[in-house]
Amino acid sequence: MPLVVGAVVVVAWDLLVRLNNLPPYVLPSPEAVLATLVKDWSVLFASLLVTLRITVLALLAAVTGGGLLALVFASARIVELSLFPIAVLLQVTPIIAIAPLMLIYLQPDTAVLVCAFIVAFFPILSNTTMGLNSVDPNLRDLFALSGASRLQSLLLLRLPAALPYFLSGLRIAGGLALIGAIVAEIAAGSAGQGSGLAFRVVESAYRLNIPRMFAALLLISLTGIFIHGALSLLSWLALRRWHESALDPGR
Amino acid sequence: MTGAGDRRPVGGGASRGAHGDPILTLRGVGKAFDNGVTALSGLDMEIRDGEFLSLLGPSGCGKSTALRLIAGLSAPTSGVIDHARPAAERHSIGFVFQEPTLMPWASVFGNVHLPLRLKGQSRRAAEPAIEEALERVGLAGFRDAYPRELSGGMKMRVSIARALVTRPSLLLMDEPFAALDEITRFKLNNDLLALWKQLGCTVVFVTHSVFESVFLSTRILVFRARPGQVAAEIAIDPHVPRDEAFRTSADYAGMCRRTSQALAAAMGESAGGGGLA
Repeated sequence: MPLVVGAVVVVAWDLLVRLNNLPPYVLPSPEAVLATLVKDWSVLFASLLVTLRITVLALLAAVTGGGLLALVFASARIVELSLFPIAVLLQVTPIIAIAPLMLIYLQPDTAVLVCAFIVAFFPILSNTTMGLNSVDPNLRDLFALSGASRLQSLLLLRLPAALPYFLSGLRIAGGLALIGAIVAEIAAGSAGQGSGLAFRVVESAYRLNIPRMFAALLLISLTGIFIHGALSLLSWLALRRWHESALDPGR
Repeated sequence: MTGAGDRRPVGGGASRGAHGDPILTLRGVGKAFDNGVTALSGLDMEIRDGEFLSLLGPSGCGKSTALRLIAGLSAPTSGVIDHARPAAERHSIGFVFQEPTLMPWASVFGNVHLPLRLKGQSRRAAEPAIEEALERVGLAGFRDAYPRELSGGMKMRVSIARALVTRPSLLLMDEPFAALDEITRFKLNNDLLALWKQLGCTVVFVTHSVFESVFLSTRILVFRARPGQVAAEIAIDPHVPRDEAFRTSADYAGMCRRTSQALAAAMGESAGGGGLA
């Protein structure tokens, strides 16, 4: 069904361009976008790799940093109370406003990476902390009765209980890492630096190369869909045996 | 202590030397929570070796709190809890919660393995004990199933197997069958009695069902609420066979009526209205 809707939209877009005789610099037809994608593939693909690399690195850093900090938070309430406001502060300040500052302090590549990391970091930290604290109180009693150590409780009870929360945070963080990377690239690109997909979009806009702009946008969307799909698959693989979220709705 | 051959003598008879001696005594025990609620006050009771003791009372009478104190999950705010044996000589306690309380991410095998795993036993070393516990509750073929795939009654059986796998001398059960349908409940009642006879352990069973307590117990403590105390004690002949004939006998009905009256009196109502359904 979603495929049908997608096909209808593409056909409508094509008809709109044909019937109104719209020039490519106003709205390129789907064929024109595809043709540009093929023609400029070497440039666009190189940019795709740059953006993808930053997104993946930022996500890995967010998983490591957010996960570890969540463990620290969960081990001592006082640490959570004192540090959580800083995490919230970073989250609520729009990344587009932080990016210029980062570009002054850091190399452009590093600045983009840090911006993507900052936006991806929060959902992982917040969800994992919540998951680590969402243990069935009866199971906690059972562990206490069996004389479980703190480490055993963490490994056998709190980490598995936090896994669905973490994975849900990871899916959000995946999309946000891409957004953070694109936003920071645009901030950096307008200063004449960078070579990621966002830079291609800005560059094409300056040159009024609208078909290439569409082609770059298409690649960004596809990257987002790919990241979301990959993380959803990971989540399903990890939870399918036991968690309600991975239940087959047909059951 | 965890070997499969460590079988204790069969309970139910007077042959055991220690049988009937108190293993745990609560004297003047009170429990007040931080929010100001006094759950228990001046509770006196003892648990005798090998008995099947029911704590019967309405919701909120502190019987579950008493069970948590017995388990050592919380400490009393007043009074003393005396163990007949020093801590080192005590066998482990098995606890069955009102909900099955299984880890959803672990298979049946993994869930039953848990108490032994926390004591450092590998899967391989614990396997015979796990298989035996699963067999005892009638789940021998379900070791690789996940809790999600099981019915409510089967989950409760896994929970009981997990409590039995350490071969506890004291089994504490907190309204374990309250959420189950009556057919499953009767079946599990019968199976629990059979397990109790086989294993010869002491059971403390919290319930709000008069019929269940009379069917299962050798002794019933009726609780009154606010504050929680023992209002009445009813002994039931341990030698009566607990079978379907007993469930429909006049003796059983009579004991249920007596227990209902004791419960109604404890709740401060007229005993006349508490007839049997």
